[in-house]
Amino acid sequence: MIEVKNLTKKYGDKIGIEDVSFRVEKGEILGFLGPNGAGKTTTMRIITGFLAPTSGSAIVCGYDVSENPMEVKKRTGYLPEHPPLYLDMTVSSYLDFVAKIKGVNRKDRKSVIDEVIEKCGLKDVRGRLIKNLSKGYRQRVGIAQAIVHNPEVLVLDEPTLGLDPQQIMEIRNFIKSLKGQHTIILSTHILPEVTMVCTRVLIINKGRLVAEDALEELYKKEREKLILSLRIEGEKEAVLKLLKPLKGVQSVESKNGEILVECSKGYDPRDEILRAVVSSGMKLLEMKENLPTLEEIYIKRISQEG
Amino acid sequence: MKRIFYLISKEFRSYFYSPIAYVLIAFFTFLSGYMFFNICKAYMIQMLMSARYPWFAERLNLTDFIIRPLYGNLSVILMLLVPIMTMRLFAEEKRQGTSELLYTSPISSMEITVGKFLSAFLLFLVMIAFTLPFPIILLKYGNPEKGVIISTYLGLILMGASFISLGTFASAITENQVIAAVVSFSMLLIFWLIGWASQAAGEIGEKVFSYLSFFEHFNNFTKGLIDTRDITYYLSFTIFGVFLTYMTIESSRWR
Repeated sequence: MIEVKNLTKKYGDKIGIEDVSFRVEKGEILGFLGPNGAGKTTTMRIITGFLAPTSGSAIVCGYDVSENPMEVKKRTGYLPEHPPLYLDMTVSSYLDFVAKIKGVNRKDRKSVIDEVIEKCGLKDVRGRLIKNLSKGYRQRVGIAQAIVHNPEVLVLDEPTLGLDPQQIMEIRNFIKSLKGQHTIILSTHILPEVTMVCTRVLIINKGRLVAEDALEELYKKEREKLILSLRIEGEKEAVLKLLKPLKGVQSVESKNGEILVECSKGYDPRDEILRAVVSSGMKLLEMKENLPTLEEIYIKRISQEG
Repeated sequence: MKRIFYLISKEFRSYFYSPIAYVLIAFFTFLSGYMFFNICKAYMIQMLMSARYPWFAERLNLTDFIIRPLYGNLSVILMLLVPIMTMRLFAEEKRQGTSELLYTSPISSMEITVGKFLSAFLLFLVMIAFTLPFPIILLKYGNPEKGVIISTYLGLILMGASFISLGTFASAITENQVIAAVVSFSMLLIFWLIGWASQAAGEIGEKVFSYLSFFEHFNNFTKGLIDTRDITYYLSFTIFGVFLTYMTIESSRWR
């Protein structure tokens, strides 16, 4: 659906992004991560046709953004970091204008706008001037603006920025509800948001791509060794002594009442641990795989490059 | 093409959402009315004098004593007000970030440029319409030359178009409305004053400078002279301004 190839954007001598390539399939929600100034917004602006790349290409819905910008623009909705609102218009007249320039035909326009207003929870404020709306409502108008022409591709730049927790939940659920019908690229600072909403992750740092994969794949790749966390009823020392000599166990340590077992590369000694614990007469309360959090992966990838 | 009309109607209405249009039209109408009143009063004094000196009456006519000075002054007022009309066109979009909506919508840069230009031009026409009572009053109580009135309005409209295209361009190069207004006003002023330089420049220089001046061309229209040279000047100026704006908008994507 979206194919970005060797995209580079330079602002004079300053590099915005360099040699960025990725693909997004139809119906996916791609989480776009990176520190401030990493090039997220630049990439999004190129995909939506707001900026032209210095080199490389972006193909959206089969059309090259540089060669066929009109076809791409018809099929994409874009919510910039600051929602692009005409403050002196009312919500409904603003959405009417956006629908018009996005090419929604006359007979559908009214029903489409009503539907979007309903979807984004703007019913109570449709007649109000945008400048009198709170930040949360403005953000929702921004999202309404992006989806009013029912675009195949949706590009959202930090859609939950500056909202209160309840609004954030609402927007997230809303974005989730769009999954499948729309292909979505979503940039954010908030890592749990990615875990909750996205199917794939892309991490960018200093203009370069440092990670791109499906969320589970990313976890798997990151996990070179299995780390298990156990809760066992019994003498701590005895437990440590018991586990240490087992095959495939590299190190054992006790931390906050839990026992962390780091396994050797390529080993999965879970059944051996189980057997050993049971045969020694101790009680195994819990054993689980300790997955790295997205935060850990993120920090690791970002600092590797730096 | 339909999108151009949507844009024009939105832009034109947004002049009236804010007080800009009302303030501009009110001050323009007040100033021009004040001038018309004073010029008519001066004309009346001349008439009374002509009763005493009959030879004076031969030189009195409405074209020279009322229409030409009145519309000459109006063109100077327009020079002051047009930059205020045009300053927000692009500068505000950039400042508010709404340019991101416009430039990522399926509407071409040319459509955006022309639409913005025409919306300001439409407001200009509305403003000019408020001066129509003057010729109507003259027609009712006097006997002015109708041809002169028509050619003067044609000149005013053409000149307004070139003012607006220059102002639109100034708005496209900055995101600060004040800078946009200052730049367009200064440039208009230069094109006005360039006529003065012609007197000091040599034979060829005089021709070049006076050709470039806004007001030399307008002068011809107020004399009742519709010359293709003048029309060409204003039209090419306008088209050039719109073209520069278009280039600025397009190039902003590449920076």
